[in-house]
Amino acid sequence: MPLSITKSIQEMLLSMMSESAAYYAAMVVVALLYLGIFAIAGLFLVLLERRIAAWFQLRIGPNRVGFQGLLQTMADALKLVSKELTGTDRADKFLYNLAPYFVIISALMALGLIPFTKEFQAFDINIGIFFLIAISSIGVIGILLGGWASNNKFALIGAMRSGVQTISYELSVGLSLLTMILLTGSLQLSEIVEVQKGGWLIVQGHIPAIIAFMIYMIAGTAETNRAPFDMVEAESELGAGFHTEYSGMKFAYFFLAEFINMFLIAAIATTVFFGAWLSPFGITESIPWLGVFWFLAKTLLLVFLMMWFRWTFPRLRVDQLLTLEWKYLLPINLVNIVVMAFIVWQNLIIQI
Amino acid sequence: MTNEALRILISSWFPNPEFETKSEPVEVAEGAASKAIINPNLLEFTEEGSQFLNVLVKPENLHEFMNKLKTNSDTCFDYLFCLTGVDWGAELGIVYHLESTQHRHNIVVKVKTEDRENPTFDSVCDIWRTAEFHEREVFDFFGITFNNHPNLKRLFLTPEWDGFPLRKDYVDEINMVIK
Amino acid sequence: MQESATLNNSFKSEEYFINMGPQHPATHGVLRLLLTIDGEIIKKVEPDLGYIHRSIEKMCERDSYQQIVHLTDRMDYLSSHINNEAVCLTVENALELEIPDRVKVIRTIIGELTRIASHCLWWGVMGMDVGALTTYFYGFRDREMINDIFEETCGARLTMNYNVPGGLMWDIHPNFIKRVKDFVAHFKTKIPEYNKLLTGNIIFQKRTKGVGVLSKEDAISFGVSGPVARGSGYSCDVRKYHPYSALDKVTFNEVLEADGDTFARYNVRIRELWESLSIIEQLIDNIPDGEHRVKTNAVIKLPKGEFYQKVETARGELGVYIISTGTKNPYRMKFRSPGFSNLSALNHMAVGGKIGDLVATMATLDLVIPDIDR
Repeated sequence: MPLSITKSIQEMLLSMMSESAAYYAAMVVVALLYLGIFAIAGLFLVLLERRIAAWFQLRIGPNRVGFQGLLQTMADALKLVSKELTGTDRADKFLYNLAPYFVIISALMALGLIPFTKEFQAFDINIGIFFLIAISSIGVIGILLGGWASNNKFALIGAMRSGVQTISYELSVGLSLLTMILLTGSLQLSEIVEVQKGGWLIVQGHIPAIIAFMIYMIAGTAETNRAPFDMVEAESELGAGFHTEYSGMKFAYFFLAEFINMFLIAAIATTVFFGAWLSPFGITESIPWLGVFWFLAKTLLLVFLMMWFRWTFPRLRVDQLLTLEWKYLLPINLVNIVVMAFIVWQNLIIQI
Repeated sequence: MTNEALRILISSWFPNPEFETKSEPVEVAEGAASKAIINPNLLEFTEEGSQFLNVLVKPENLHEFMNKLKTNSDTCFDYLFCLTGVDWGAELGIVYHLESTQHRHNIVVKVKTEDRENPTFDSVCDIWRTAEFHEREVFDFFGITFNNHPNLKRLFLTPEWDGFPLRKDYVDEINMVIK
Repeated sequence: MQESATLNNSFKSEEYFINMGPQHPATHGVLRLLLTIDGEIIKKVEPDLGYIHRSIEKMCERDSYQQIVHLTDRMDYLSSHINNEAVCLTVENALELEIPDRVKVIRTIIGELTRIASHCLWWGVMGMDVGALTTYFYGFRDREMINDIFEETCGARLTMNYNVPGGLMWDIHPNFIKRVKDFVAHFKTKIPEYNKLLTGNIIFQKRTKGVGVLSKEDAISFGVSGPVARGSGYSCDVRKYHPYSALDKVTFNEVLEADGDTFARYNVRIRELWESLSIIEQLIDNIPDGEHRVKTNAVIKLPKGEFYQKVETARGELGVYIISTGTKNPYRMKFRSPGFSNLSALNHMAVGGKIGDLVATMATLDLVIPDIDR
């Protein structure tokens, strides 16, 4: 029985205090650990995005603060912390202040499920995928609240677009993951990884799995509100969209959440399609801690793909966005599930 | 069409009753029917030393004349490329630069009024839609109002602005530096 | 019955106003648009101008003709050279000056370079307005090369003031011809890159085709000119119909597209880049020797009369109208700016579309706000 990170910390603490105290202390420690890791990961994703954008755009990008600009986003974060928090008149102050926390908490909650290695997974719930989909929909409430409560018409339009967009594309995210669940027979992430020891799911499920992956990446990009689906912000149309009226750290929460969400979408894709921490052809199976490397490598590759989208494509119009989902992705997805079910039924999967 | 040919054609629309011409064009009869007798003083060709044919029209005849320039198949001035408000000192007026996209000839139509308190002309924005903006600009800077304009209000300046800056008698001691 | 009535009432949609600008990324400056919107659908667009109005026409009435030239590149700053040229041509025509061929050719070459630079910037911004941020940097890369050439020859990059009544302020820099040739060779490889990055993109085509349609009749009626009008199939190139400077010596095609939508206007500008390159190529090897300037009086007095000159800037037809009473200042000076007339068609084009369509349409109008406000 492999030990999860929660359990090992709990056992370490048990030698120092009583059982129930150790239980709660372990939770706090793990929560803080994750919070720390992902605050930093978020910041470096921002830096990564800026460097990649610069590369696409014939620029150099931030390279002055720290080695190759590594501390640039830290400095930005410090600046944002020190900035004045402004607000609009007659804004709904309570909801206005609440909104960023909805977004950041939903993003952080989902992180606990991601299996970085066999051991490094805080929360291996047996309805893992279902939980992830459920959690990721909470974020949109934050965006809706933020846009509506800030008493700004641009923000309101952005929030409404976000509602429409997230509700639509959640269907595709859910259904494309469901297609893969047909192969694994389990929602639990650790078991999904276990199944992939006989070949990553994208190989096992071949054609329908590749279709599901493409739909997942499109819908996932849409759900994180990134270009070409950045209707919600659409700076040339709405100024800054739902976070027009936010400043300082509250804005930073929205900003960080976007990047953590992007990381999440890529991490889920890695877990479900590309065998999470499994090395290709099991080349480093004997060194388990290298799983983190493989996991991050695959995830960052997918993150890079999403950044590539952003810096290449123009933005869709809001009605085209919905046409794409309801007229194309959703029917393709439904047919794809049937095809996958047939493949699983006839046992046409590719096993290595 | 050359300026001279245009001049002859347009003159024929407004036959001088003192020198009644024999060959009265058909379209004039139609256009003139509503307006009983056309006053020969309504139209005047002026020499400005410019490359265009210049016509001075009386304000009350402006809209009808413009409409005719646009609709007549020989003139067909369908492109109003410039609309300028001018303060001639005693008079306020507007200069219309017209071009025909079919025949590629030009004409300049001018209209003047001596009423500086409340200058009013007919709007031509039902003939050329571009006039809507240009007339608003003229209203803004010269205070010339236009009848039948759908949305005549200040375009550049704020609604509470006092005076009309491009008039020659406009004074603004603070902002204007006259050498 | 009663209940359904209340239900209908409570779900009644309502039009609302939104204030786009004067500080808005898509209005490219300080244009303010009052939008009446029903959900996302635009019901009415009402431009509110004057945020950068400097009353150039009034200033002209107190300035000498040499000074006026310097004011004009503050109007449409992206076609500053062509604006300068328009005023100079008006004054030269009024004085009946014989301008050396060398001046005419150099003016035309720099004018076309200005047009390319302006279109490069427009292309970058067009991409940005529809959400593709990368285009901006590609456009600027090539624009920078042109600006460097300008800087070498006349010392300024944007507001150049290279023209004076009677010719050019200085002769061209010795490197000018070589660098222009280098640029032409470089840019010929870059236009296909533009097409690869943006024109062929399916999302871009979906965003622009059939959006913001302006028919030919409406285009003429609204007094629209330049690439916007030519995108509606309305042949109006001043360079063809009223050639000025050396434009009567070169052969080039007037680019026309029939559709009248945003994509047609986009295509017109992209194809115009090729035409401009061809004009430059025809002239660059044949710059005649001679004076770069003819002597004029220190105080230029125009004869009494009225003078009108139109030129084709990157945005369309710029008209300069001078009423002179024979003094050293114009009695009345009017600039017929292309952007002002083009903007007047915006309401007609945008109504019924989405907010995104308005932004895309506005991008192809290529508005420069100081040109509209003057």
